[in-house]
Amino acid sequence: MFDNFVVPDLLPAAPELFLAAMACVLLLVDLLVKDQRRTVTFALTQLTLVGCFIIQFATSNGQIAYTFSNMFVDDLMADLLKLFLYMTVIMVLFYSRGYIIEREAMNKGEYYILALFATLGMMVMISANHFLTVYLGLELLSLSLYAMVAMNRDSVVSTEAAMKYFVLGALASGLLLYGMSMIYGATGTLEITGVAERIAMGGVNKTVLVFGLVFLVAGLAFKLGVVPFHMWIPDVYHGAPTAVTLFIGSAPKLAAFAITMRMLVNGLLALAVDWQAMLIILAVLSMAIGNLAAIAQTNLKRMLAYSAISHMGFMLLGIVSGVVGGRVDPNLVLNAYSSSMFYVVAYVLMSAGSFGMILLLARAGFESDNLEDFKGLNKRSPWFAGMMLMLMFSMAGIPFFVGFFAKFAVLQAVVISGYVWLAVVAVAFSLVGAFYYLRVVKLMYFDQPTDASPISAPMDTRILVSANALVVALLGLFPGDLVHLCTLALAQSL
Amino acid sequence: MDFPTFVFFFLSAILIFASLRVITARNPVHAALHLILAFFTCGGIWSLLQAEFLAIAIILVYVGAVMVLFLFVVMMLDINIDRIRQGFWQYLPLGALLGFLMVAEMGLVLGSKYFQVPAADAVLPAGISNTKSIGALMFSDYVYPFELASIILLVGMIAAIVLTYRGAKQSKYTSPSRQVFVKAKDRVRVLQMPVEKD
Repeated sequence: MFDNFVVPDLLPAAPELFLAAMACVLLLVDLLVKDQRRTVTFALTQLTLVGCFIIQFATSNGQIAYTFSNMFVDDLMADLLKLFLYMTVIMVLFYSRGYIIEREAMNKGEYYILALFATLGMMVMISANHFLTVYLGLELLSLSLYAMVAMNRDSVVSTEAAMKYFVLGALASGLLLYGMSMIYGATGTLEITGVAERIAMGGVNKTVLVFGLVFLVAGLAFKLGVVPFHMWIPDVYHGAPTAVTLFIGSAPKLAAFAITMRMLVNGLLALAVDWQAMLIILAVLSMAIGNLAAIAQTNLKRMLAYSAISHMGFMLLGIVSGVVGGRVDPNLVLNAYSSSMFYVVAYVLMSAGSFGMILLLARAGFESDNLEDFKGLNKRSPWFAGMMLMLMFSMAGIPFFVGFFAKFAVLQAVVISGYVWLAVVAVAFSLVGAFYYLRVVKLMYFDQPTDASPISAPMDTRILVSANALVVALLGLFPGDLVHLCTLALAQSL
Repeated sequence: MDFPTFVFFFLSAILIFASLRVITARNPVHAALHLILAFFTCGGIWSLLQAEFLAIAIILVYVGAVMVLFLFVVMMLDINIDRIRQGFWQYLPLGALLGFLMVAEMGLVLGSKYFQVPAADAVLPAGISNTKSIGALMFSDYVYPFELASIILLVGMIAAIVLTYRGAKQSKYTSPSRQVFVKAKDRVRVLQMPVEKD
């Protein structure tokens, strides 16, 4: 049994291998770093991510490659999502640097190393072609995030948030595993493409499959943070140190989108009618509760948490409208799923910018995460008030920012597939949502500042936040390329 | 009744007895010891099914590591067992009803005729132990998840250290070289104070 062993093709997984090796090297390097600011660790972390970006770009050839006994898939969707992932993490780490240097408990090399391992987990999720690797990637991501949330360990709020996140995350993993085991019971395989083949061959009991699917969707909903599995989102976003909230609120959404696509679309497209019905309920509830509850918040992090719930609900609308009446039409499928992918990429960009703005205004001993802290920002810094204005307008879906085109693409996919009522509901709740985004703008421009101290953020954060907001505006003017890229990636991968 | 069947029933009887004692024993140490007995017997049943790797794993991992840790915790903590048991009979009917309903519902959905994993696949040709075949699979087909699991363990270690380590303890040792160089005026300060009167 040892004779027929073939060394797996390592090239498709080159970025993962590089990142894993560099994270271990960094662990050792960090021992020798004497500098209190951890400049070497930070620089090496960023270089690792840039290295991953270059390797990913160089090895991407548009072909679908399977390796590690079909457990790992490298297609254009994975390449594109991972490139966005590296960019997001690089940006997030730049934003958080100033914040964690000012807070003693968090100013450790492990912060960067855990961020790298979390990134590795997300890469594994994006490239998973086996339920086992989906699960392991998810655990790697979650475990790193639990530790990052709890890192500010003398803060009661952070510890409580980490505890809640840990318990609910374990529950969600349990649900996901239970669903996977049911699907294994019905089809006899855990390989995602294999599951699709077995179902297509026929003779698979549908009752067990749908039973497993319910648990799978519930587990996914937990990870995406959509109603009714959203309870952890506001508490964790609020309790976690803002730098970690920024991390949780941005990059993992890309990975959650990827595993949704892998498991539901690549694996269980034959059951689309069933999971679409479940996702519609989740999407409508998320948009309703997310947008309505956000109005009542006085804390900006909490408000953005509810906004994340509503955005994820909106993103699901695109996934819902792929298959109409049980027939798989390639054009419709492509249009629907690429609109969702565009939405999630745009959302990650906007979310990173908004949390980046909170980090920009925060300083030692002051979190700047209440809505009141943004009062009269225009008087303190017209430039950054303008940047926040663009981010909030984009989140609200006001033309012509990228958020508008993201919403537009999803709505157009929903209408084409015939769910006009769903589009009407989505637009109605977006209008409700516009209220609380515009409230932030009103506070910045029409209220008197309560705190007149100048902004003390380092130069690199200032430049990056500005660049982030300007990209949101620019992509709103020229959304074509990004839309085209998403469509191309999915066309090559489905 | 042939010998393996007799062994199976014998082990099962011990297993059921031990499991019942885990939840009925008043003394937490007794409960933990019975849990060890249950794991051990379970290992016996598995080796009866020719799953000797699982049998050894459960004894090494659960009995050897997890339960010893458990016993330590139980012995260290002063758990007031009567407080935990308060209201047991009050909650029993509802709990039992919910448990029964869940078991019944799942049993109905998951009736064994639906599942298609053929049982015969598990039989190995003679002369190959399943420890060896699990090992071969783990390092060939399943090498990717295996390595990922090891990275998860590494992250667990990093997280545990980050969350608990608070810097080296200041131990109270004396440094002879510094003692030698001490001058009297570094240690003793003579102050001029007026005499206090009460």
